[in-house]
Amino acid sequence: MIEHIDMSLVDWSRAQFALTAIYHWIFVPLTLGLSFIVAMMETIYVRTGNEEWKRLTRFWMTLFGINFAIGVATGIILEFEFGTNWSNYSWFVGDIFGAPLAIEGILAFFLESTFVAVMFFGWNKVSKKFHLASTWLVAIGANLSALWILVANAWMQNPVGMMFNPDTARNEMINFWAVLFNPVAIDKFLHTISSGFLLASVFVMGISSWFLLKKREEWMAQRSILITAIFGLLSSLMVAFTGDSSARTIAKVQPVKFAALEAHYNGKQNAGLVAFGILKDSDKKIGDKKVKDFAFKIEIPGFLSVLTEGDKNAFVPGINDLVMGGVAEYKGLTVADKMQRGTDAKDVLNDYKRAKLVNNKEQLEFIKEYFRSKNFIEENLKYFGYAFLDLPEDAIPNVSVSFYSFHIMVILGFFFILVCTLSLILVLRGTLLKNRWFLRIVLISIPLVYIASESGWILAEMGRQPWIIQDLMPVTVAVSQISTGSVMTTFILFAILFTALLIAEVSIMIKQIKTGPKL
Amino acid sequence: MMIKRNYFLPLYKVIHFYYDGFRNMSSWGKKVWVIIIIKLFIIFAVLKIFFFPDFLQKKFDTDSKRSEYVIDQLTNSPE
Repeated sequence: MIEHIDMSLVDWSRAQFALTAIYHWIFVPLTLGLSFIVAMMETIYVRTGNEEWKRLTRFWMTLFGINFAIGVATGIILEFEFGTNWSNYSWFVGDIFGAPLAIEGILAFFLESTFVAVMFFGWNKVSKKFHLASTWLVAIGANLSALWILVANAWMQNPVGMMFNPDTARNEMINFWAVLFNPVAIDKFLHTISSGFLLASVFVMGISSWFLLKKREEWMAQRSILITAIFGLLSSLMVAFTGDSSARTIAKVQPVKFAALEAHYNGKQNAGLVAFGILKDSDKKIGDKKVKDFAFKIEIPGFLSVLTEGDKNAFVPGINDLVMGGVAEYKGLTVADKMQRGTDAKDVLNDYKRAKLVNNKEQLEFIKEYFRSKNFIEENLKYFGYAFLDLPEDAIPNVSVSFYSFHIMVILGFFFILVCTLSLILVLRGTLLKNRWFLRIVLISIPLVYIASESGWILAEMGRQPWIIQDLMPVTVAVSQISTGSVMTTFILFAILFTALLIAEVSIMIKQIKTGPKL
Repeated sequence: MMIKRNYFLPLYKVIHFYYDGFRNMSSWGKKVWVIIIIKLFIIFAVLKIFFFPDFLQKKFDTDSKRSEYVIDQLTNSPE
């Protein structure tokens, strides 16, 4: 462990990043999904020439514009935080983030900014087809921007395609395609954008339900529900499919996170999947950490084994096995093993530093070559971050947060499949207006879909603790040695700024919704 | 003279497009632009300058010094 580490500094820096990311993520998924919904509606307008569709498109485009404008640049603050609060991490990451973030910046600026102007200023000034093309390009551009950010995040969850340079203390990208096609990146991108599509669909259905409850704009509301029920249903199925794929990938590359999200402590064959559960503290411990137990659970027998290996007899290691070992079925390395390997890697880096101090060129070349050797990378360097852990149990994330965020996300995910299916059935049968109870459920689904979306990110980021870069760098090493007071001050500033932005967004949106569609 | 006018025509059209768009903006559009400007000012002119200097850029002059510092951090022997 770094000797002078101040845990309150780490905690405040993490809290600040979490606050910024959670607020940023309020704006992003609606932009991702609503852009496509608006594009689909405008396509119908251009194909049919029906002015009602234009009116409807412009209404949802207004809400898209408010959300887009309020949310724009909120992500930049995260980059500020990297440079100020997480400087060791930013340096260590090297040029890995450079290429994806540069592409994101160029795409976001040129594609989105240019065509967003055509979307809002171009009605009756450019041709219908050019306007439609601009709307589609905004949707595609927004989602492609998300790709590059998610590629960068996926690298932190599963670092690939790079080589560590001991001379600069930076990772250098040696395979762009390995970074881009990182299995975590593919799963994460598809899961994230489809969840954005679902969120926007529920948002549109919820507001349309409000219009129906108020007996206003019935034509517009029912058409909006029809489109978004189809889009939302397809998206929710894609969310489930990509979530399943994502879970399989996590089981391979972040097994402790996978075990934590199910509160699966002791590995077994025919392991069951907990569909619903309530955790409680138990008397058992792993090292110094208390083990959670179930006060109540509903389990699907064998399903966790099927989910991970496609075989109900497969052994699924638990947190205990992964951290402490001692179970014959688990053949992998324990955290204690990885700590030794990581410490060996750190010793070699120390040797390099000493050789540099005395300018021993022969030794420097030898160690540099050693850092490039496949054997050293696979056997030691891969576990570099474990050298900074004090105890094996430090590798365990917060099990309660991981478990509940995962289950809230999944339960709500299935709830939205039901909501979209019922919406579609009722609107096709023409009985939506009669079922006011259902319209109320759809309306209250709006905050629920945001909770589901944020839960996904809480799981992704809290579940991978203590790592900022999986197995390579824990958060305690990544943090800058700045004063805790300054981090607390900016935390409060951000809380005020983002809350003000959110209030502004919600109040302007509510006003526009109450005004309703105009031509 | 003709060539010069044709050359600037697309640029003029683009500028006019934006000018016209901003001039005829709806009330919600004006409100969000005020918010955008205030927000960008706070982010870039206040937060970035006074609260978020780049830690390593500010502390060291050269990349080699930054590397040395991070290696010290990674090898548990801060200077």
